Amino acid sequence: LITLEITERPKWDNKVQYMLTCIGFAVGLGNVWRFPYLCQIYGGGAFLIPYGIAFVFEGLPLLHMELAIGQRLRMGSVGVWNSISPYLGGLGVASMLVSFLVGLFYNMLLAWILWYFFHSFQSPLPWRDCPLNLNRTGYVSECEKSSPVNYFWYRETLNITPNIETSGPVQWWLVLCLASAWGLVYICFIRGIETIGKAIYVTATFPYLVLTIFLVRSLTLAGATDGLIYLFTPNWETLKNPNVWLDAATQIFFSLSLAFGGLIAFSSYNVQKNNCERDALIVGCVNSFTSIYASIPIFAILGFKANENYNNCQNWNILRLTNSFNIGDENITVENYDVWFNYLNATDPSEVKSLDLKTCNLQTFLDQSVSGTGLAFIVFTEAVINMPGAQVWAVLFFVMLFSLGLSSMFGNLEGVLTPLLDLHIIPSWIPKEIFTGLMCLSSFTVGLLFTLGSGNYWLEIFNSYVGSMPLLIIAFFEIISVVYIYGIDRFNDDIEWMTGRRPNIYWQATWRFISPLMLLVVFVAYVVIEAEKRPTYNTWNPDYVHFPLADVQHYPEWVYVICVLLSVLPVVSIPLVALYKFMGFLNKYIMKRHNPNPYGNELCHGEF
Amino acid sequence: KYLFSINSALGDQAYVWNENEMFLFRATLAFAMRTYSDGQEYDVANVVVCDETPRVSFWFVVTSPLDASLLVDKRRVEEAVRKSRSRINSAFLLTDDTLEFIGIPPTLEAPVAPDTPPWLIAFGVVMGGVGAGIVVLLVSSVKRDGEEETGGKTENEAASDAIYNMSFSDDEPVTQM
Repeated sequence: LITLEITERPKWDNKVQYMLTCIGFAVGLGNVWRFPYLCQIYGGGAFLIPYGIAFVFEGLPLLHMELAIGQRLRMGSVGVWNSISPYLGGLGVASMLVSFLVGLFYNMLLAWILWYFFHSFQSPLPWRDCPLNLNRTGYVSECEKSSPVNYFWYRETLNITPNIETSGPVQWWLVLCLASAWGLVYICFIRGIETIGKAIYVTATFPYLVLTIFLVRSLTLAGATDGLIYLFTPNWETLKNPNVWLDAATQIFFSLSLAFGGLIAFSSYNVQKNNCERDALIVGCVNSFTSIYASIPIFAILGFKANENYNNCQNWNILRLTNSFNIGDENITVENYDVWFNYLNATDPSEVKSLDLKTCNLQTFLDQSVSGTGLAFIVFTEAVINMPGAQVWAVLFFVMLFSLGLSSMFGNLEGVLTPLLDLHIIPSWIPKEIFTGLMCLSSFTVGLLFTLGSGNYWLEIFNSYVGSMPLLIIAFFEIISVVYIYGIDRFNDDIEWMTGRRPNIYWQATWRFISPLMLLVVFVAYVVIEAEKRPTYNTWNPDYVHFPLADVQHYPEWVYVICVLLSVLPVVSIPLVALYKFMGFLNKYIMKRHNPNPYGNELCHGEF
Repeated sequence: KYLFSINSALGDQAYVWNENEMFLFRATLAFAMRTYSDGQEYDVANVVVCDETPRVSFWFVVTSPLDASLLVDKRRVEEAVRKSRSRINSAFLLTDDTLEFIGIPPTLEAPVAPDTPPWLIAFGVVMGGVGAGIVVLLVSSVKRDGEEETGGKTENEAASDAIYNMSFSDDEPVTQM
């Protein structure tokens, strides 16, 4: 007998909302600033091969499984795993914790994006010029040694401390930006999927519009073709490097936002008779297509920037030669530079040597690869300065990044909210609006950690340790639970009932063997590679001897302990809950043996 | 020492450097000395130019108007040039980058600093919108709950409070008598 309460479960207004929300959750900042970087360092077009293989054998099966299980069991992550087996409740708790922790730092990224967005309404853009020093004879030395964009990011935005032990004060401007980021998130999230479903029409589609505009614009820039050729020229040698396969597997995994519980939550609000197989295929393919589509304008713009740097380098050399040898203005050009250089070097080599001319190589400029915040806030902002109408492009870019991040935040928060609602932990007299407000407020408070001077270092830690290994572990247990504990035959029957078709041989093979095996291999490889080296991090230290190069430091012991805790705490709930349930079971078993009750009805008091 | 980069600055509209341009330069320098130095009546003849090159760079010195063999102190010349840089630049349609004076860094103009940083304005606009939106949504949900409470409690009363045994479920939740 199943007892149900007939309170209506919220549902999507229409199928489009659901699809857009899943796509929005999957398509996030990583598609724009992680995938192009991986393509670049792993041999361009050749990277698509390990990426494709990981997608087909790991990403799609897990995606389909999560959507199907949420749709069938109609509950968030905790409820779903609890239904399959009470011993698996910890899996849902783990997903919930990971979603919460990721949501904390992910919104800090949105806060930084907002900061840049607010600053894009000035002419000239504030990251174009160095500020003047106190007596106005020159520029601030930290800025002169590095570059205006670097200075703006590290000093004026982050006000970063030289290492993670120095916390520095809370930066009030970042607190304001974080508050506005949470405010914007709250207003979309206030009633759960009711409001998310409306907001998603804009936040999921707007990035594609901007990417297309950037695509058209960037292809007309000088040097764009250099960047694109560089990106897509395959270097097949990289396929022999095991790191490539590992990174491809982890990239597809995090890119699809698996194991957060968010996808399960979203699909739980669906009607049960819905073709989840097709949904999974659509979401997966759109996500990968977006990654590739985003790389094109990114690399065109990077090529443009490399070209600009190369031209500046050459012009600087030309100017040095012209001034030093008093040659007529514009007699030396880029084309005849070599002729002039050889001639001058032959006539007066010592003078030429004293000029300290730079070697300008386009390839070196193209090789400067960056990912993550470096790509958005340093490289891209520098490129935008040189484009006509810089403010427009900056505003468009940052609004696009914000929408990408916002739609992913929805998934993170739903991964926390839906399980809490399903567990009925929240007293029913608290309206949903207040509860979501409390969630946002508490996340904001904890997130103030990232507004400290050392905030960027902490964010890197969270990103590396929370958003990686725990997810692999959770996903592995997920697929094992569904296939072997819930039962693959029962799962097949469910899907047949929901979609009208039994899953074909591809799904069977991947669910039963290939995906769990791949996950296990990736997990083991990940642990082995990470455990080998003592972790280091890059710091921005103006007093460093080789500034502006990053001063590479080791994490202090207490920070390393926190890193390990962050990786372990979410997943420790899996064995803990199993143990707790088992103790309860043992307890009852022992009690039954001692007090045999003729009616045997103490088991009927539902305790789940 | 002065360096002129005319072609790179002006491109197609570049003028050819000739004696007349040199005359203009000496005149502007005399003007600078008159205005910003000790007020004596410097003339074009007091500005002596030497070592001119095709690069368009040259050395110059300034002699005192009172005694042609007496050179004006370098520091005073520098000070006068620094104060009138923008006038000299605009006389030749050039900028600090293209008209260099070796040894005198230009006094950099501080960028215009508005009273309210513009980013705070943008922030205020966004937060204002967010705050208004939150208030509107909260008020509308309070109104909605109010209507539900007074209104249709009768029909859903039994449904939401009771627990149904699904094994006896009929089409209607209430057994018809």
